This record gives sequence, structure tokens and C-alpha cells, in this order.
Amino acid sequence: MPELSRNGVRIDDSFAEAFDMRATGLIITADTLAWARIAATSLTGFATSIIACGVEAGIDSELSENETPDGRPGVRVLMFAGSTSELQKQLQSRVGQCVLTSPGSACFAGLEGVEPLKLGDAIRYFADGWQISKRFGGRHFWRMPVMDGEFVCEATTGLTKSAVGGGNLLLMGRSRETVLRAAEAAMVAMRGVADVIMPFPGGIVRSGSKVGSKYKGLMASTNDAYCPSLRGLTQSALAADIASVLEIVIDGLTPEAVAAAMRAGLAAACALGPEAGAARIGAGNYGGKLGRHHFHLKELLP
Amino acid sequence: MSALRFSLRETPPQRLDLSALIPERLADLEMAEILRLSVTTTRQPLCVGDVFTVHPGKADEVVIAGGSAWFDEVGAGMTRGTLSVEGEVGARAGRGMQGGRLLVRGDAGVFAASGMRGGEIEIGGNVGAFLAAPGPGERLGMAGGLVVVRGNAGARAGDRLRRGVIVIEGDTGDEPASRMLAGTLIVCGQAGARAGYLMRRGTLVAARAAPLPTFVPTGSADQVFRALLARAIAAVSPAAAALLGETLARFGGDVATLGKGEMFIRVGQIAATG
Repeated sequence: MPELSRNGVRIDDSFAEAFDMRATGLIITADTLAWARIAATSLTGFATSIIACGVEAGIDSELSENETPDGRPGVRVLMFAGSTSELQKQLQSRVGQCVLTSPGSACFAGLEGVEPLKLGDAIRYFADGWQISKRFGGRHFWRMPVMDGEFVCEATTGLTKSAVGGGNLLLMGRSRETVLRAAEAAMVAMRGVADVIMPFPGGIVRSGSKVGSKYKGLMASTNDAYCPSLRGLTQSALAADIASVLEIVIDGLTPEAVAAAMRAGLAAACALGPEAGAARIGAGNYGGKLGRHHFHLKELLP
Repeated sequence: MSALRFSLRETPPQRLDLSALIPERLADLEMAEILRLSVTTTRQPLCVGDVFTVHPGKADEVVIAGGSAWFDEVGAGMTRGTLSVEGEVGARAGRGMQGGRLLVRGDAGVFAASGMRGGEIEIGGNVGAFLAAPGPGERLGMAGGLVVVRGNAGARAGDRLRRGVIVIEGDTGDEPASRMLAGTLIVCGQAGARAGYLMRRGTLVAARAAPLPTFVPTGSADQVFRALLARAIAAVSPAAAALLGETLARFGGDVATLGKGEMFIRVGQIAATG
């Protein structure tokens, strides 16, 4: 079979294996976009992987005054979890600790879903009896007196059960510098895709993991097949020209959104070519038996 | 197909109970059955055919052509469709309404929207006393929906309001928002004397008012809420939406009772209590 390549970048005949997840969305507004970003960044902190964070979360998009319920600048945040109960738990503790507390913030539903998740309904008790319920225009809000004025929070947000987690790209190259450049270029392109988040730091993960460990009780451990320093010592997936590997993980509200993000990332990384960027691009999977969604790289190429 | 139309032939001989002329009651009726529907309020039997000429049409869109202050219970108990009256109506218009849309182009009498649970009412003219108030023996007034009055309202508008939004684009009589439990009452003109009297919770917005001594100034930290409310009602009442965007002072009260209500008044238009 002829090897796939684009612009000199080798493309593995492989696929990303992704899983069904539960997800929700929020719109966070503030007096300025900068403060909306601060609240959202805080909310989505320590939310890289459900392996240990409970939830995977990130900023989907920034919203202008015309796109938010209260006419102030804002951001849309997406949160993904393995179960509805975990998503609910993380939602209320994160909004309670990171958005309620952030100066001038307000918080609204960011997704119409099949079921409601408690948002203000869970946080209103903070107001100690001074909370005010308001229903109009088909929506329900809670107003809570706080020290800088009033925190307005929609009562519920939506839950989707058809979200997808674990779309990914593996960028491999001849040095750490070129691989990071390719990953950064891919991230710039993928941030423009709606309804997806890349939950790792800057969207990029350098410690890709495999399922299981030699140590009892560890769910995941280093993906030794893609560690350059273990080439020759383990069942390596890397040829001699690969000195560094970075992964981008994508969670999306729909399989189509994940595919669109992978397509955008592939195009941007390939455009750099093998010298300046990645020499090879692959995708992580578990043999196709664990996840329902398979995103084949050859179908997503530019 | 056009609307199902009831044209008043002459001045009715008695007050009429028009609660039967709502879309869901008329939907499955033959013309003969419609003409036999009772509208009487006295011992003298009176049916639709005695006072109205009925023009067939789709029952989801009912029109009462002509109006009278003797048209009582118009749209009462309505749950869907639209009902419009081209003139004025009498007492208890839209009472207990749960859905749909009631449009009265003229004035409405007392107890309009009383006990309303949902839907929309628009009154083109003025409305009598006890708008959205509880009926006799009831504990709650309006508990959902939207009411817009283009003219003025009588006394006690929004009495015991529990939920929903009322917009009065003109002035109100005495004691608007009396005994209010929750919900929102917006007065684009002058709120009458003793506004918010014994209000427990809820929101009263007025362009001009004289707050009782039992309302305390709280400072205003409410821009987000007011922006949300303004956007929700901008399509039905640009005047109310504009008022919400102005600089308003906020008062908390009525501290003679629970005191968790709030009153917004345009800065510079806060009169001393007389």
C-alpha cells in the first residue's frame, strides 16, 4: 500500500478512537471581555482529563455584546464528563468557586440539551435567603446579592448525551521545536472550529497515555510506544527520524465538530511541511474496540 | 381560512358571560352548537345567537367585533390560540388564563388577568382596578404570563402578584404592587399613592413614584437583571425596555412586612411621600 503524505508530511493510515461523553455549555459574561476570560479560565483550570480532574473543560469561543443574553462581552465554555452526576457535581462546584466569585460576572446556559442541569438552582443557597427568582421570556434566573453588587445566574443549563471525547492528533517530528511549532499552528486553526475544546495546556499534551499500568491502581500510564527515549527498549511506534511527539486531544458536542477540528488541525500542520513542522502525523486508538467513534486520518486530509 | 368572527348586532340586554368564546371551547363545535352557547348572567336566558352574528372561520383565531363594557369574562380560562376584541370589554378579562394570546383593543374593566397562570394579554386602552389580582377567596394573584396595558391602570394593579410580568405604559391608581409576592410590575408613567404597599417580594419599576417610608434606599447593583428583563420585553413594549435602561434608584421593602421586594424609580422623579 502506498504511503499517505501531504506536503511531504507522512500520514499514518490510522484513526482516532473517541468515546461518547456527557457535555454541557455555559456563557460567562462580565463588564469586560478580559474579566469574562478570567472567570472562564479559572472555571476551566485543572480540567484537562477526566482521568483525574473529573471533567474536561475549555473555552469554545468568545462572544461579542450582541451574542450574550445580557449584552455584555462573554465567553462560551464547554464541559465534558463521563457521567451526568459527575458533570453536575463539577458544574456546581466550579461555577460556585470560579464564576460566582469573579468580579462582575454573570452566568447563563450555553447549550440547549435533552435534559436540564442545575446551574443557579444549585448555587442560589449561597445568598442565604436573599436570592431572588425571576422568570420571564421563557427563562428562569436567580439573582444573588454579592459584595460587588449582584450575581445573576440562569437556573439551569442543557445537557447533551451525544458529545464525543477523545478525538486526537499525534504530531511527530525531528525536534521538539518543530513539533511544538506544528502543534501550535494546528491549535490556532482548531480554535476557530465551533463546539469543540482542546482541554490540555494550550490545547497540547506532551504526556500521552495508554490504558493501564504495571502498577496496581493506576488507570493510565505513559504511552511508551511514542516516547522517543524508549525507542529500541519497548515496542516503539517511532522510526529513527522522530525525536519528539505531541498530542492534541479534542472534545466536541458532536462527532461532526470533532471531525471538523481534526481536519482543520491536519491542514494547518501539513501546511508547515516536514522541515519546519511535523514530519509525521498519526492518531491514537485502542484497536477500535473501546470507542464508538473512529476518525480516520485519510478521510480528513486536506 | 379566516378567523371565527362574532359580530355584536345591538347593545346587549344584560351583562354577558363570554367565557365560552375561547378557541379550545369552540374548536369542535358545529355552527348550530356555537349559536346555542349560553352567555347569560341573569335569570333571562341568552345565547350567542341572540346577540351575535357568527361568521365561520378557524376556531384557533377568534375575533369579537364590536365591544361593550358588558362583555365579561372575555378569554377567561383560555389555554391556546388567539382571541381579539375590537372594542372594550368588561370585568375579569383573561381571568385564569393559562395560555394563548388575548388582545383587547379598547378598555378593560376590573379584575383583568386575575388569577392568570400563563399566556399573553394586551389591552390597548385603560384597565380597571385589581389588574391581575386574586379573585374572591383566593390567596394568589397572577402567577405567570405577560400582561401589557397601553393606557392607565386602576387601583391595586398587581395585587398579590406571584409570578409573571405586567407592563403598564401609562399611570396607575393607588397602591400598585400591593401585597406583591413575587413577579414584576413595570409602570412607564406615574405609580399611584402607596406603591408597593405591604409588598413581600417582587419587583416594581416606575418612572415616577413616591416611595413609602417603609421602603429603604439600597443603591443600585442590578444592571444585568435589568438588561435581561429589557431584552425580554423590548418586542412588546419598547417604552418599558427604555425605562429599564435609564438610571434608576433602587429601594427595598416593604419593611412593614417581609421586606424582600424592590422598587426602581427614575432618578430625579422620586417624590416625597405626601
